Amino acid sequence: MKPPPILPVRRLTFAAALIPAAALAYNAFPGTLTANPVDYITDQTGTWALAMLTISLAVTPVRRLTGWNEVIKLRRMLGLFAFFYACLHLLTWVVLVSFFDVPTMLDDIAERPFITVGMATFLILLALALTSTRASIRRLGRKWQQLHRLVYVAAVGAVVHFWWLVKADVTEPRRWALAVAVVLGFRVWWTLRSRAAVARTVSRS
Amino acid sequence: MLIKKAQDLRYSDITPESVYNGRRDFLRIAAAASVGIAAGIGGVQTVEAQGTLPAIPNVKKSPFSTTEKLTAYSDFTTYNNFYEFGTDKDEPAVLAKRFKTRPWKIAIEGHVAKPGSYDIDDFIKGYALEERIYRHRCVETWSAVVPWIGLPLADLVKKVEPTSAAKYLEFVTLYDPAQMPGVRSPILQWPYIEGLRLDEAKNPLALLAVGLYGQILPNQNGAPIRLVVPWKYGFKGGKSLVKIRFVDSAPRTAWMVQAPREYGFYANVNPTVDHPRWSQAREHRLGEFLPRKTLPFNGYADQVASLYTGMDLRRNF
Repeated sequence: MKPPPILPVRRLTFAAALIPAAALAYNAFPGTLTANPVDYITDQTGTWALAMLTISLAVTPVRRLTGWNEVIKLRRMLGLFAFFYACLHLLTWVVLVSFFDVPTMLDDIAERPFITVGMATFLILLALALTSTRASIRRLGRKWQQLHRLVYVAAVGAVVHFWWLVKADVTEPRRWALAVAVVLGFRVWWTLRSRAAVARTVSRS
Repeated sequence: MLIKKAQDLRYSDITPESVYNGRRDFLRIAAAASVGIAAGIGGVQTVEAQGTLPAIPNVKKSPFSTTEKLTAYSDFTTYNNFYEFGTDKDEPAVLAKRFKTRPWKIAIEGHVAKPGSYDIDDFIKGYALEERIYRHRCVETWSAVVPWIGLPLADLVKKVEPTSAAKYLEFVTLYDPAQMPGVRSPILQWPYIEGLRLDEAKNPLALLAVGLYGQILPNQNGAPIRLVVPWKYGFKGGKSLVKIRFVDSAPRTAWMVQAPREYGFYANVNPTVDHPRWSQAREHRLGEFLPRKTLPFNGYADQVASLYTGMDLRRNF
């Protein structure tokens, strides 16, 4: 079967990735974002940041499993959408939750482990977003790839952030932990397998 | 000439702004209440019934009611925690729809001269019901203004005559896996237990609520009877009570068992003592976008702060 052309897929993905943000904006004005709109916005933007991050990490496994090489052209966009939703998430916290109260926010970052982890995760995403341009890739060379492996740390960080913020019922963060474990698991599996293959070749020669 | 030295004014002598404002609130409310009485309506004119549940007649107004804008009925009845019916805040309204609250028995046990077990309607008939419009503050930093209807817990304490051994009250809620899908998972220790010190229970603000917004309690808000302690975080208010025990030591409450580092016995609303997960400095009123500052004891410091004189509220959180 011939894989679909990538350009329409990219456009479609772009439009689809904007739907959650559009839905929030659309519902914010008539005031239909539940009884506690700020909590809902925080929850939605955070969840979509994690979702986009997980989907962007699924690109490589999809490519290897299907042989549809062009799908890689979606990866940067998906990663930037993860950053976009993380920005909205952070902005919600700064404006609607903390109301620009810097001492309280610093206190939160220092004393609430889930916020510490969340902020660290955001900084990773920020670094990756800033170095996501073609020019950065060229300039950083091999270091670019090393730097961008931090996305694995960010994915784990995002799940930990979610896990630590729930009071008692971890059903939902557990689902995300599983999703992230699957997309990262492929990489671990392939790495182990190629190492074993190298070892076999070395021992034979 | 003898010049008298002015006494040093200590910082602790200065009335905190919140307490000052609280007093002004109280005076305003008292004034409003007396105007109401003077106008001849002080008794029966209360919040108009909303929703579709049976109205509760003959409810007295109370000077303890706040004049703040009420939270929308639809918000407070569709957004709340009642883990026996699910951990999402929109779940109780759905999953408690068919919850049976009649017939219902409530038992008073322990160190009292007059223990007993009562049918809920007979029990309620023994008391004069009042409407109390209270601020409600959840530990998750959302808040509301709710017109409860209920009986002062102090009236019950008086009636059952606690013995000298009674130091605390333990509130036991219903545990019924057949009706409550939430209790099938061990998220908390079931049944949900809460507790108060005897003197806290005797404070005039403590209420056993049987209704809100002019009507009987909706199932999801703790029907047929629940505890309301407005100066404490909402989780202190055990819902769908089946037993009130007068005991000699502090009950181990459900959240204390679940996470002792995060939840203490007192759980007084306190903007300066943070929960490990949330700064408690601010709150969001249901339906509002911008946060507001949280007040010590949820704005009830004048009425309750004296209960905790000399106690370290950081340690006794």
